[in-house]
Amino acid sequence: MVPELTQFENGFRMSVNALDVENVSVSHNGALAINKISFNVQEGDLLGIVGPNGAGKTTLFRAILGLQAYHGKIKLFGYEGSQYTTLLSMIGYVPQKVNFEPNFPATVYDVVAMGILSKKRLMKGAVLIQSCGCSWNRIFSTSSKNHEKIEEALKIVGLESFKDRRISELSGGEQQRTFIAKSLVKEPLLMILDEPVTGVDMDVQNKFYSVLRKINKENKITIVWSSHDLTAISDLATRVACMNRELFFHGEKEEFFANKDMLKTYSESAMQLHMHKHDM
Amino acid sequence: MIFMNLDILSYGFMQRALLTGIVVSITCSMIGLFLVLKRYSLFGDALSHVAFGGIALGFFLNVYPIWTAFAVSVSTALGITKLRKSTKISGDAAIAVLLSSGFAMGVLLISASHGFTIDLFSFLFGSILLTSMQDALLIVAVSCGVIVTLVAIRKPLIHFTFDEEQAKVHGIPVEKLNYLFVALAAVTVIATMRLVGILLISALIVLPNITSIMMGKGFKKTMMISISLSVSAVIAGITISYYFNLAPAGTIVMLMVAMFVGTLIAKHVGMFSKTLNENSLSTVN
Repeated sequence: MVPELTQFENGFRMSVNALDVENVSVSHNGALAINKISFNVQEGDLLGIVGPNGAGKTTLFRAILGLQAYHGKIKLFGYEGSQYTTLLSMIGYVPQKVNFEPNFPATVYDVVAMGILSKKRLMKGAVLIQSCGCSWNRIFSTSSKNHEKIEEALKIVGLESFKDRRISELSGGEQQRTFIAKSLVKEPLLMILDEPVTGVDMDVQNKFYSVLRKINKENKITIVWSSHDLTAISDLATRVACMNRELFFHGEKEEFFANKDMLKTYSESAMQLHMHKHDM
Repeated sequence: MIFMNLDILSYGFMQRALLTGIVVSITCSMIGLFLVLKRYSLFGDALSHVAFGGIALGFFLNVYPIWTAFAVSVSTALGITKLRKSTKISGDAAIAVLLSSGFAMGVLLISASHGFTIDLFSFLFGSILLTSMQDALLIVAVSCGVIVTLVAIRKPLIHFTFDEEQAKVHGIPVEKLNYLFVALAAVTVIATMRLVGILLISALIVLPNITSIMMGKGFKKTMMISISLSVSAVIAGITISYYFNLAPAGTIVMLMVAMFVGTLIAKHVGMFSKTLNENSLSTVN
């Protein structure tokens, strides 16, 4: 079923949201990990999600990615059900850490090549996106061969000279950039990045942020990104969501950073969780 | 000088032994690389013990034992995979269950029938030189089937082996793929029994692969190196065992152990790290 296009603003027809999360709850062994979270992400947004450790950010991402059972509704470009599943494969996902076998004999090129989607799947996704009135901002020319896509994605993340190196030989930051390249070659409709540079040095973090800015601004890719780095969020994000099992705030970043109470709530909730963990 | 003498190729049993040995070693290397990388190295060993139960069942029922081994191994492999998923039993525990139950079943059936026979003994320790035309054709056909299937599903299988969750998000049907993979592994084990026997199968699955992984290459090259090492060991092992009247299975496996130890020493001496450094420098420049 094609999503309805009935939203109007100032006389212009608005396309559907890239992502709609409606009253989503997840419980682990009876305990609520996230409670009735609702927000949306518009095309071209770079949504920064902040919240303390244990706030349920990863659980929320896993629910969106179909890796976690949940209550509520999640829509991708207005679609649910089998069409959601079709579009799911066109989401680029970079987790906090990819747990691969350290001796895995894959080069950077091999890993990025894993992200290539078949032409048939891309066509199916393109038809769905066109049907809902959204635009698919392709990174590569439609005639690009897989090899050219891989080379181009490696160039975007600045790893073109590392392509023959084994993935296990790379630093944490370089590995994360490789996984971003792997997400890029699938020409993603949306990218989900879960604290992708936690534990890496400032220099690597800055390189990573410049890649993030580039793929959002130049390649027009919608990004949902969780981080503890409020400075980076304030520099890069277009909108912010703040959560700690429940959603405290969702809106423009200027509004978030202007709200001292909200920032205080964020740091207090982080502190409470920290103390709770120590009490246990 | 004796290796220059190719009269061994004039014997039908040697032709069959070399043909089946080469095909089986290619299959074992290919499936073994995925097993090793998924940390399922002992899965082949466990399946071979289940196959022993299947072989014993064949002798007990007076049915061609390879068929019963196929049926028992594939169904057990699929069953244990389902059990692991539904009960969250760890991989090593599942292997222990498979290993002991398969062997216990075999011992039970043997004691209930005529005890050990020469045929049963040959399945335990391998009898590549005694491979009949019927066995050879079956082994080659089955192995070729496994190779073709692995080549066809290589891309999703590599992704699935690298990271199951990422593969799932990518739209790969990981559960179905996992069932297909364990079924292929079970079939490979049955095809390998004649070559090295039930007790040495895991050596063929593991040794060439851990040796090639040490060489620091990409996935395709690692698999090609593993296949080359395995095929070389099988050809050399069969030839040496013929001329020196040694057990082929033991000779093949000891050659593979020698390759592994040699590579390990070379790596410690710095041969491969030097190659890696050169590669790194060339890519940076």
